[in-house]
Amino acid sequence: MSLGDSATELGRVEGIGSARRGGEDWIAERLSSVALLLLGAWFLASILFLPKLDLETVTEWLHGAGGAVPMALFIIVSFWHAVDGLKVVVDDYVEGEGNRWAWNTLILFLAMAGASLCLFALGRIAFGAAS
Amino acid sequence: MAAVRDRPISPHLTIWRWGPNMLVSILHRITGVGLSIVGLAALTWWLLAISGGAASYGTFTRAASNWVGIVILIGLTWAFFQHLFSGIRHLVTDTGMGLHLRPNKMSAILTIVGSALCTAFLWAYFLGALK
Repeated sequence: MSLGDSATELGRVEGIGSARRGGEDWIAERLSSVALLLLGAWFLASILFLPKLDLETVTEWLHGAGGAVPMALFIIVSFWHAVDGLKVVVDDYVEGEGNRWAWNTLILFLAMAGASLCLFALGRIAFGAAS
Repeated sequence: MAAVRDRPISPHLTIWRWGPNMLVSILHRITGVGLSIVGLAALTWWLLAISGGAASYGTFTRAASNWVGIVILIGLTWAFFQHLFSGIRHLVTDTGMGLHLRPNKMSAILTIVGSALCTAFLWAYFLGALK
């Protein structure tokens, strides 16, 4: 089945019909949302239950595996889910195949850059000397 | 070859009658885009500030505790809860539950009330703890 296959003759001529793919994207977005449900709750609870939010407390928290590992997951899944979600918005509101591709690529690049920056900073905190 | 017509793009926001369900749908998108851009930028800055040491963390906390910073953080907190609750509602409706008019409208209202209450409680706690 190729893009634009349609049940009716008119549909075939006009190149409309189901794309016959996209189910995987739909599932992936929901999987990342379920993961973020847990990680977001963890993040919020951590911020709330840390005795203080000063540099020393926060560094100590992210220095241990109990803070650094969920934080790494939170970073990765957040950026992943943001790319998936923004793609839905772009696909809905941006007109033209080329424009959509350009926006989605730009968003993907920016998200990769952001996630890398976060993971770099986290690594520096986790593997650096405890303050 | 028949020319492939551009596929229709998303709903015309101006022709809908306002109601809790469509408001929550729009809020889900707006808060998602907001969290993706402002939220992830704040997370990245925060992590980089922690990894940079006392001076850079001081710059971050000064920005975050000034009134503009607090307004942005309260907005992000509300966006987080609104997107979280409406995301849970989406996961439920994805299974086919809660699609009848009354429960659908009710759950939409609950996400709005819930996110407002959670944001209020959280910031009452935060601002109380600061004093």
